[in-house]
Formats: sequence, structure tokens, C-alpha cells
Amino acid sequence: MSAVSGTEEILATDNLSAYYGPRKAVGNVSMAFRRKAVTALIGPSGCGKTTLLRCFNRIHELSFDARVEGRVLLESQDIYAGDVDPMAIRRRIGMVFQRPNPFPTLSIMDNTMAYGGRGLNSRQRIETAERALHAAALWDEVKDKLRSSPLRLSGGQQQRLCIARAVAAEPEVLLMDEPTASLDPIATAVIEELMSSLAEKFTIVAVTHNMQQAARVSDVTAFMLADETGTGRLIEVDDTAKLFTKPSDRRTEDYITGRFG
Amino acid sequence: MSPVDRGFAAIVYGGSILFALLIVGLFVELVLGSWPSIAAFGPSFIWKSAWDPSTSKFGALPMIYGTVVTSFIAIVLAAFVGIMAAVFLADFAPRWLGTPLSFLIELLAAVPSVVYGLWGLFVLAPFVRTAIGPALQHALGWTPLFSGPIYGVGLLTGGIILALMIVPTVTAISRDVIAAIPRDLREASTALGTTKWETAMRVVLPAARIGIFGACVLALGRALGETIAVTMVIGNRPEISASLFAPSYTLASVIANEFTEATTSIYISALIELGLILFFVSMIVNGLARLMIWSVRGSELT
Amino acid sequence: MALGCAALAAGALLIILGYVVVQGIGAVNWTFLTQLPHPVGVPGGGVGNGILGSLIIIGIATAMAIPIGLLTGIYLALFGRGPVPEALRFLSDVLSGVPSIAIGLFAYAVLVAPFKHFSAFSASFAFMMLMLPLLVRTSEQAIRSVPQTVREGALALGMSNFRATVRIVIPTAMPAIITALLLAIARVTGETAPLLFTAFGSQFWETNPSNPMAELSLQVFTYAISPYPSWQAQAWGGALVLIVAVFVLSLGARLMLSRAMRGLNR
Repeated sequence: MSAVSGTEEILATDNLSAYYGPRKAVGNVSMAFRRKAVTALIGPSGCGKTTLLRCFNRIHELSFDARVEGRVLLESQDIYAGDVDPMAIRRRIGMVFQRPNPFPTLSIMDNTMAYGGRGLNSRQRIETAERALHAAALWDEVKDKLRSSPLRLSGGQQQRLCIARAVAAEPEVLLMDEPTASLDPIATAVIEELMSSLAEKFTIVAVTHNMQQAARVSDVTAFMLADETGTGRLIEVDDTAKLFTKPSDRRTEDYITGRFG
Repeated sequence: MSPVDRGFAAIVYGGSILFALLIVGLFVELVLGSWPSIAAFGPSFIWKSAWDPSTSKFGALPMIYGTVVTSFIAIVLAAFVGIMAAVFLADFAPRWLGTPLSFLIELLAAVPSVVYGLWGLFVLAPFVRTAIGPALQHALGWTPLFSGPIYGVGLLTGGIILALMIVPTVTAISRDVIAAIPRDLREASTALGTTKWETAMRVVLPAARIGIFGACVLALGRALGETIAVTMVIGNRPEISASLFAPSYTLASVIANEFTEATTSIYISALIELGLILFFVSMIVNGLARLMIWSVRGSELT
Repeated sequence: MALGCAALAAGALLIILGYVVVQGIGAVNWTFLTQLPHPVGVPGGGVGNGILGSLIIIGIATAMAIPIGLLTGIYLALFGRGPVPEALRFLSDVLSGVPSIAIGLFAYAVLVAPFKHFSAFSASFAFMMLMLPLLVRTSEQAIRSVPQTVREGALALGMSNFRATVRIVIPTAMPAIITALLLAIARVTGETAPLLFTAFGSQFWETNPSNPMAELSLQVFTYAISPYPSWQAQAWGGALVLIVAVFVLSLGARLMLSRAMRGLNR
């Protein structure tokens, strides 16, 4: 079922389960993510795809009474090992959220530099920020108002700012949680285009509830479904073209052809 | 956890612990300070009525009486005016009138206590002495409540000033409680053909009664502890008399007036014990009030 | 009738305000605001030392209340559930109901009696206690109302809890926190009872917090209950200054509050 082999993996999970208190939201997921590819996580609401994503940068554990079992391997090292600093992981695995969340008290430029600079001098940081804004296809639109508040930007622009902010930190993996869910079709199209160009530098894992988007944008697609106890399971993962034309599992086929969900 | 976060957590915990310690310390110091008085007079402190510093005989009864009577007058007046005002603001007032009126009533709560006292001493007290007092005595002078000489300062004036000070509390909380009553209830009543007033009186108010009662109890709590304004108009005499025109003393006023003059340590301790009584009374009254208001509104309040 | 009651309550405010303005305006002038009190019988003089004293006492109180109140609010907002936070909230509620005179007794017991010395600092301590419950509760609410996604966004960038809270969450909550601060300051402006045996008052200019100090509301009280008409007139003047200060603060708090509301509606 794996679309990825050994040395191509940058990120992998090994029997990963995620809990909210007693409730098992994600059950025993083992999969790998291909380096510098766009992998889409699809499935109906409640299948655990967002929870799974949030396990990759250790944001899940911040929720009340949340915990994780199993391993997540970044370059073959378990990010949940006892001596690992979650902050260090989050600097290597960035995230863009469903609703744009620019920091309201920082200017556009400061937002882009919010990751902290990491020992660069101020000129280097500004250069990095500018590169990030270019990479997010936002530079032209904000270059004259770098000092102004991000709240003045449209939803699509704010989301691209959040992408720039995440990208400025130069992570190895970029997680995207339904990044276009709150945007209009034009803004959505801009960001979808962006995802392909971003994949040249970063490995992208994107959750989406929009199958067409997954088909358009991703190289690999993983399909998840909640079982009868409400626990999300990985049903199938394959190259996108193959999953959408010749899915191996009946349930995948049902979902894709719209028979449910 | 990184060292930065460990340090941060330590500071946050430290601040919170300090906060808790301060409050516990308040209680502990009050008890410690009262202890000599508690040991000397025991529970009879509460029902003895002699307050004589020169012979070191201390009984809190006159002060408890004064506190209770002024607060009672205050809550009766403030409850009536406040609840009616709340009904008006919640259900009857058009926006152009309701907003400024609410604002004015809330500003009433911001006026410093000493300003109330000043006004009470120079405007209200003479008014009571020359107008309200004689009028009441003329109408109701046959009862002991309104008999006797009218000085202007005394229980009645104290009660009126307190009423003014707590009316904003009653009004603001009652208005919120009334406004929170679901519209369906009002519509059901109107559908039966009642007037807006009847709906308010017979349906909305009874539905809101727990919260309104809580507002009153909270206001009562504030009245019990009020010091400066009352001190300036109560007359400062540790006596119990039936007439509302008579000067009196409250728990808070006696502390305010006599603490700096207290010479013997038992005197000081007795005054601190009065403070401890105030602490307990306010804690119980406020706790009750919050329970009632919380049960109706289900969220935090002022 | 309901209208009548509402009008009565509002009207009472206007009457009181009216008296204070009318009686007080005559007494307030530059001399009044900047001079020391004169002995009885000597015309003139003012409440300058009282105004200075109020600023110092309230200033020190605010400086002490902000860290304790804010840190406790952060604790309650970040570690919200459980018996310990609930206990803290309970204690805060208890403190908010304690009469200010009892708090004055506490300040006396802890900071005056052991040193056998009245001081402005003990008054600041009492004022700090009065300000804390408001600061704690509102800063908790303000921090809580910052959307979870803003905090997660900061953490997802690899920021420490410390950095995320101090550089992102608290600045976002700042308008609401400042509102609370202004209201807390308004609350203690004009609070007199605890001062009677902490700051005690003074006839002179004083800037040393470990000494007794004049305070405006205390002066108004002392003048009001004195038998001298000249002092009583000054009491009205002082009352006017107090009311102006409190109203300016309350208005400022209201403006801040509307700014805070606007900031959160994106």
C-alpha cells in the first residue's frame, strides 16, 4: 500500500494513534511521506485527518487531555522520543492553518520574521523574509505596505502571509490544514498553484476535504475513514493518479465516486 | 521543557502563589490581631452593647445594629428603585434613552465614597433635618421608628446614602438578568393579551427572581462594608435606639473613627475583631450572591 | 413608574455632580492645585501635596498590582481547569468582597505596626489588594479571548510558551488588559478608608514612600468633617478634582474597551 520507499521518506509514522482523553481519534496509522512531494490527506469529516496532521508537529498534544502512541519519524528519528524538544521539531515541520491567523499586533514584515531569526543578523533576516514573501506569491501585493497591519489584507492574502511566515523558517516539511477552506475560488486557485512551486523546496502534507483539489495538486494521496468506533483509520495511500482512477479499496472507490461523504 | 519555558513557568507560578498568599495572609492577620479580643470577650462580644474604651469594655452590638439597620434601609430603597429601573432599561426604554440612562447610572458607581459622604453631610443631612424628617414624623411619628429629635445625621440618612451607592449594582445586574430571560416567555404572555407592564411584572420578574435576588444580596454585601460615606453621616454614637433619626454607629465607621486613637492593645484588638466580623459577613453574603447569580446566568459577573 | 425610578437614579447622579461642580468650582484654581494646606484662619492654600501623594501612592500600587495580577491571570488562562485554578478564582472572589477598611487593617498589621510608622507604602499595599481581583479576572478573560489559533500559530513556528505568550498572546490581549487597569485605578482613586491608618496624611510635601503622606481623598474627608467653613469649601474643591479624575479614567476605559472589541472582530 506504500507509495514511498526507504530513502525517499522524509517523514513516516509507525503505528501512530492519537487520543483525546479516552477517545481514540486516530488508530494505528503507518505511512511514509515522499520527499519534496505534495501528499494529500483526504476523507470525510471526522475521519481524523486533521488530528493526524497535528501529530506531525506535536501540536496535537497541546489540546486538553490529548496524547499520542506510536512513533513519528523525521529523517528516521522519532520526534516523540523522551529527549526531543517539541520546539525544535516545530521549527523543522511548519504549519499553515485552516483559517488565516496572522499575528494581529505585528506588521506584515514582522509576521514574516516571527519565527525568530535563528542567529541570522538583521539584514539576513530581512532577506529571508523577502524571499519568503516572494515564494508565497505575495511580495508584489505587499511590498509597499510591509509595515502595515496584516488585518487589512484580504483572506487569501492573509493566508499567503501565513504561508510566507511558515516558509521563512525554512522547515523541512510544511503541513497544511485545509489551507483554502475559508477562501474564495480565485484565492484558492492562487494557493493551489503555490503548492506546486513550494514543493520544489519543501515536502508538503496537505489535508483537504476537496477531492478535486487533491487530484489537482498532489503527487500522493492518502484516504482515511472513521471506523465503527469513530476511530480514524488509513484505508489506502497511493500515487494520486492511480488512487483516483484505479483505487485498490472498495471504500476509497465509494468515496471518490461520491457514493457517500 | 526548555530552560526559558521552565523559567517562565516558575515566574507565573510564583506570581500566582504570591497572590494566594496575600489573601490567606489577610485572613490570618485579621485572626491574629483579633485573638486577644476574642480570648478576652468570647462570643459575648457580639451581643454586649457597652463600648467603653476607658474601662476596656467592648461589645459590638450597637455597631452590628447600626450596620444592619442602615444596610436594610439601603437595600429596601435600592431594590425597589433599582429593580424598577432595570425593568425599564431592559424592556421599555428605547435605545436613545436607555443607553445614556444606563451610562449615567453606571457612573453613579464610580463616584468616590468620600464625595458621597461630603454631599450627604452638607446637602442630604440638612434636607433630612428640615424636610424629609419632619414630613415623616408628621405622617408616621406615632411609631417609635420616626420619633425623637431629628438631627439630620443618623440611621436614616446613612441608609439613604448607602442606597444611592448600591443602586447601580442592583440596576446593572438585574438589567442583565432580565434581558437574559428568553423572548419566548414574553411573547407567550403578550399572546395572551397582557400589557407590556403586566408581562414585566407577572412573567419576566418572577422568572428572573433568583438572579435579581442575587443582585440585591451582592449590593447588600457592598453596603455592609461601606465605610467613609456612612461615617460622615451616621452621627458616630455607639447607642441602640429605635428611632431612625437617631445617630448610630456601624462596624466599619467605628474602625475608621477610632483606630488611630486606640491606645490600649485590647482596644486595637477589639477593633480588629470588628474587622474580622466584617470579613466573614462579607464573605458569606458575597458567596451567596454569586451562587444565586451564577445559577441564573451561568457565567462570570462583576 | 419604572421610568420614574430610572430617572430618579440617573437624576441623583446629576444632582450630586451638580452640587460638587457648583460648590467646588469656586475653590479650584491653580493655587489650590499646587499649594500646601494653610493653617486654619490663613486664607488660601491648597491640596497640592494631596494630589502628589495620590499620584505616588496609586502609582506604586499599580506597579505592584500589575505583575501579580497579570501573572495570576496568565496562570488561570493557560492552566484553566482543575482544583488549583478554581481555588485561586475563589480566593479572588473572596478578596473582591472584603471591605476596604478590613484590607486597611491588614496593611496596618503587616506594614505599619511592625515598623511603628505610618507610610505611603502601606497605603499602596492596601490599594494593590483592592486592585488585584479586577486585574486577575480581566486579564484571564482577555488572554482567553485571544483566539486559540493565534496561540497555536505562534507555537507551530517553534516559539517557546514564554515567547508565544509574551510576544504574541499578551499584546493581542493588551487593549482589554489596559481597560481593566484603568478601571482598577479608577476604583482606588477616591478610596479613603484604608488610608486612615496607613498613609495617615501629612501637611507637607512628601515623596518618600516610607513616610506618612497626604492623599487627596483623605484630605477631602478631613476637611469635610472639620468645623471650618474655609476648609469645607476646599473639601468641595477636592471632591471636584476627584470626580474629574475618576470620570476621565472611566471614559478612557470605555474607549479602550471599544477598541478591544474592534480588535477581536476580524
